[in-house]
Amino acid sequence: MQLSTKHLLGIKYITREDIQLILDTATQFKEVINRPIKKVPSLRDVTVANLFFENSTRTRISFELAEKRLSADTVNFSASSSSVKKGETLLDTVNNILSMKVDMVVMRHPAPGAHVFLSHHIDANIINAGDGTHEHPTQALLDAYSMREAVGDLEGKNIAIFGDILHSRVALSNIFCLRKLGANVRVCGPPTLIPRHIESLGVSVSYDVKKTLQWCDVANVLRIQLERQDVKYFPSLREYTQHFGINKHLLDSLKKDIVIMHPGPINRGVELTSDVADSKQSIILQQVENGVAVRMAVLYLLAEQRQV
Amino acid sequence: MKDNRVILEGKKFKLAIDRLCHELIENHADFTETCLIGVQPRGVLFADHIYNNLQKILDIKDLLYGKLDVTFYRDDFRTRNTPLAASTTKMDFLVDGKKVILVDDVLYTGRTIRAALDALGHYGRPNKVELLSLVDRRFNRHLPIQSDYIGITVDAVDEAYVRVDWAKKSNGNHKILMYTKE
Repeated sequence: MQLSTKHLLGIKYITREDIQLILDTATQFKEVINRPIKKVPSLRDVTVANLFFENSTRTRISFELAEKRLSADTVNFSASSSSVKKGETLLDTVNNILSMKVDMVVMRHPAPGAHVFLSHHIDANIINAGDGTHEHPTQALLDAYSMREAVGDLEGKNIAIFGDILHSRVALSNIFCLRKLGANVRVCGPPTLIPRHIESLGVSVSYDVKKTLQWCDVANVLRIQLERQDVKYFPSLREYTQHFGINKHLLDSLKKDIVIMHPGPINRGVELTSDVADSKQSIILQQVENGVAVRMAVLYLLAEQRQV
Repeated sequence: MKDNRVILEGKKFKLAIDRLCHELIENHADFTETCLIGVQPRGVLFADHIYNNLQKILDIKDLLYGKLDVTFYRDDFRTRNTPLAASTTKMDFLVDGKKVILVDDVLYTGRTIRAALDALGHYGRPNKVELLSLVDRRFNRHLPIQSDYIGITVDAVDEAYVRVDWAKKSNGNHKILMYTKE
């Protein structure tokens, strides 16, 4: 079994079989990271550059841990402390790093499509760690992995994505991933934060949080991305919370248990109240643990394609 | 497949398994400090038979039995034409201070066992590691690795393949085959 692609640019560009292979391989890596010695030597001759042109905590640490647990050499780069500030282009920056014999590039960039552009110009394997409002494929894969762990095979399962769909790369990657795995997907949020024509991706739309919670098996709740909002999409955070926030009272009023997920960082008291985020139904911290295993699987399977 | 030849089957196959179990008992007595570890994927099929047979003979309730996948420790990663899929590792115990019996079906180049020894090191420092192989292909060893317990020794040329075919039922007709590819 082998991935059909050399890069992970987005879930849009990979097949259902690729997703299954990554998730199955991640299961083996989850066992590895729960051992007393959490390290395997597979990528000992591989060097990975982590290029973060945008801020990140979870994804960056998760990738770095995944690389180190596979015994890869890593170099880290953040735009704020580099020559990008002096006006160097993306391609020049990356080519300079690659000339130091780097095999794989993990990149987060604010411009959607930056990874696709780069894949046309460089030989290294590229992993997208988020490109603007476009895709965040490893987050979607770890979400799918965590959902599979919680509710089993996703074929025919009802998954709802709540919140700021318009600005969320997690939402888009989740939709591609879940649809490829055969799940039914519904997005729910204020009309101003739901992109027009999103139904063309095979999802349904709802503006009613309670009805959507009643419908779904898993609720993936997203953050309101104030930093990407150039105009007001809703009157106030307080009003957003009243209409679209998920709290314990609301969950208790449903006559079923649903799984609560959040890709982080959580705005406690806005999209989720603390009692929900920290409840037994929440698998938010499992998502973070699974993130390392899934990223190990992605790195391993892509490295496999670099024949020596 | 051509030149397909059965090397061992039927009663002789069962005898070999029984003999191996008795050899293990001779050296490990009641197995209190011993654990059995099958190498995934095919070594586990063999280890299952050894485990079940030992239970029948000795009725050891708490014999430690693990399944170890060595895919991530192999030294031919990125050099194979067809990548190997990883199997499940199931090790619910540490091997610190234990006598480990590594179980694999065919010992050939010794590279799988080298990887298994690396993987094993991540579960502690065993007192001793022994190797149990159903088939020992004597020629073309790449590393100084030998079996402590051997079901059958086979002298085969490099072009030949040796495979163990396990029947669906545990008391079915298991076979060891030797063949060359067309």
